[in-house]
Amino acid sequence: MDVLNALVVLMNFVIIPATAYGAQLALGALGVTLIYGILRFSNLAYGDTMAFGAMVTLLVTWALQAAGITLGPLPTALLALPVGILATGLVVLGTDRAVYRFYRGQKAAPVTFIIASLGVMFIMNGIVRLVIGVEDRRLADGERFIISAREFRDMTGLEEGLALRTSQGLTIVVALVAVVLLFRFLTRTRTGTSMRAWSDNADLAQLSGVNPERVVLYTWLIVAALATTAGVLYGLDKSFKPFTYFQLLLPIFAAAIVGGLGSPPGAILGGFVIAFSEVGVTYAFRRVVGYLAPEGWRPDGLLQLLSTDYKFAVSFGILLIVLVFRPRGLMRGTSA
Amino acid sequence: MKGVLKGVVPGPPVLFALVACLFIGTGVVYSWNTALTIFNMGLVSAIMALGVNMQWGYAGMFNAGIMGFVALGGLAVVVTSVPPVPAAWAAGGGQVLLGLAFGAATIAGAVLVWRRMAAGRLRGFAVAAILIAGFFIFRSVFDRGVAAVERIEPALTGYLGGLGLPVLLAWPVGGVLAAGVAWIIGKTALGLRSDYLAIATLGIAEIIIAVLKNEDWLARGVKNVTDIPRPVPYEVELQASAHVLALAARLGADPVTVSAIMVKLSYGGLFIVVLVALIWLSERALHSPWGRMMRAIRDNEVAAAAMGKNVGARHLQIFVLGSAVCGLAGAMMTTLDGQLVPGSYQPLRFTFLIWVMVIVGGSGTNWGAVLGGFLIWWLWIMVEPIGLSMMEMITAGMAQGSALRDHLLGSAAHMRLLTMGVVLLLVLRFSPRGLIPER
Repeated sequence: MDVLNALVVLMNFVIIPATAYGAQLALGALGVTLIYGILRFSNLAYGDTMAFGAMVTLLVTWALQAAGITLGPLPTALLALPVGILATGLVVLGTDRAVYRFYRGQKAAPVTFIIASLGVMFIMNGIVRLVIGVEDRRLADGERFIISAREFRDMTGLEEGLALRTSQGLTIVVALVAVVLLFRFLTRTRTGTSMRAWSDNADLAQLSGVNPERVVLYTWLIVAALATTAGVLYGLDKSFKPFTYFQLLLPIFAAAIVGGLGSPPGAILGGFVIAFSEVGVTYAFRRVVGYLAPEGWRPDGLLQLLSTDYKFAVSFGILLIVLVFRPRGLMRGTSA
Repeated sequence: MKGVLKGVVPGPPVLFALVACLFIGTGVVYSWNTALTIFNMGLVSAIMALGVNMQWGYAGMFNAGIMGFVALGGLAVVVTSVPPVPAAWAAGGGQVLLGLAFGAATIAGAVLVWRRMAAGRLRGFAVAAILIAGFFIFRSVFDRGVAAVERIEPALTGYLGGLGLPVLLAWPVGGVLAAGVAWIIGKTALGLRSDYLAIATLGIAEIIIAVLKNEDWLARGVKNVTDIPRPVPYEVELQASAHVLALAARLGADPVTVSAIMVKLSYGGLFIVVLVALIWLSERALHSPWGRMMRAIRDNEVAAAAMGKNVGARHLQIFVLGSAVCGLAGAMMTTLDGQLVPGSYQPLRFTFLIWVMVIVGGSGTNWGAVLGGFLIWWLWIMVEPIGLSMMEMITAGMAQGSALRDHLLGSAAHMRLLTMGVVLLLVLRFSPRGLIPER
């Protein structure tokens, strides 16, 4: 039995990566759930909105790096993030003006919005490819590790190393700050309250003097901020590749639906449920069990439930289970 | 919702004539070989669009997993037509089948227990226990078989191979395979609202592709299956035949080109037979009492249910039918390509592009779907060369070798996505019922 080493392996390969990934999914799912709760449709262009925000941030990061401005140990992208958010905000407001507002005025069916968002998805995807291409690009710079595996081993004398990458630590901190800010905004400010009222009952909110265009404006701005932040954090953690953002659509929607579409706390819960299951199910637990099992009982196999390539199957499986057994999600979203 | 362009868009015969002009123009300006290549995939696209139109146009269901059914059709081609690998079957074929049978039995057992036992915590535990125990036994049986199969000459085969049947037989098999999977999906996911169905089908498609990429024993995964048997002769055989050489001499053309065009024409002929049969069947279905019932359900589910129509069963039926058509088209496409490349299946190309075809062509009308299939496919291919010539015009004034010029020229390849988005949004806004609207 070697509980400490087993714990370190588990932390290093499951808990820390899953927490960082969960925070990214949670931010993404918050955006999806806000669009659903207030604008009442599932936005298929969301993944490409994230890609767009991350792209602008990457371009500004390059400009800053070229000008010799960095954040020292922290990634420069953090400095460029506000610009990315601003640009994405302008773009999503532009698409709302050009596309969605017309259908809102017509009181079109949700599926019309989905199809419209399909068009927006094509355009945004095209713009990102036109501007930056499809190659893999590195967004991160600065110090790579907060604690590297070797430092940890030297520090504790354990056999196993524990690495905490800057991007992972940063993801968790930034996500925490963003969530606190969002919830304070939603509960403490007048605009936030009117957004929640709108999400609960749009007609009643309008009767009570809530200005619909204002609610829509703030929703899109918040969505732009969330999508860009999630996209940049994911890009810092892995790398920036336009196509991966499209593929994030599935886990992000799964997180939002599992938590309950339209419920912000549910989106956060859903993000972590999806991330931990995805990492947990596709991780080979051989080394963890190896430390825990008595001598001679060490497993031969990898102890991996599913190969990593099936991570889609995990988010999808959870999505299906929740939809079949608890159709409104874990936290009871706005609409069944 | 009446479009602004009502009265501006010409009638279907004129539209089809215009699209025909596009293809003929391509033949004249570029080459007939290119035009035929685009036309053949246009035929396949039109069939996919017909399938999607059944689900969306007749019944109002948003299926975002078309790519998965198309890929299943491709799998059917491999499973049906490629010769079997006897060594692999001897090594682990039985074991793999046994494992799969055990997996299916586990799921069936769990469903049975769920149905038979009284609701409660005990039932939950029983089902979970069956599933978990079943999963581990399945993996232990199945994994050994897979390892044995994949050890047999991995560079050449490493999979079970197919049944070695004629490749044309694979087309209906593709439809049946897609229909079977659609039935399983429909049973679980069709009760969901439109948004959820979209996300669920999006996920299923990704899983089907993940299976194709990773289960090497089935269709070699990312190592791809090439050399799929062809229903038409090879170009080389044609070039050796005296008839073809005589024909080429009479036309005053190069025998290589003539043989290539002949092969494409034969594929096109086969595809046209399928397309015409499908249009005939769909038109009959759409204008039958069944078709009217489907549209009634689409337009008002509650009213249709009140009239005694079984909405759930009809939805399942149309979902299975539409998916089967997509599977058939997928099988045809893989036959045309002569290879199965799981890595080439992208949702933008195989799911959302088909959606653009249906919306632009006119949801609810079969002719609209066919028109959209040809028009959008042509656009998808031709935007690239057209975009490139436009970029060359724009950048003509710039200095040779300037970075911006190179970037603009290089990015012409990505113009197609932008164009598709703009076309979709414009049609949706100004002619929401498509080019050939439903009456």
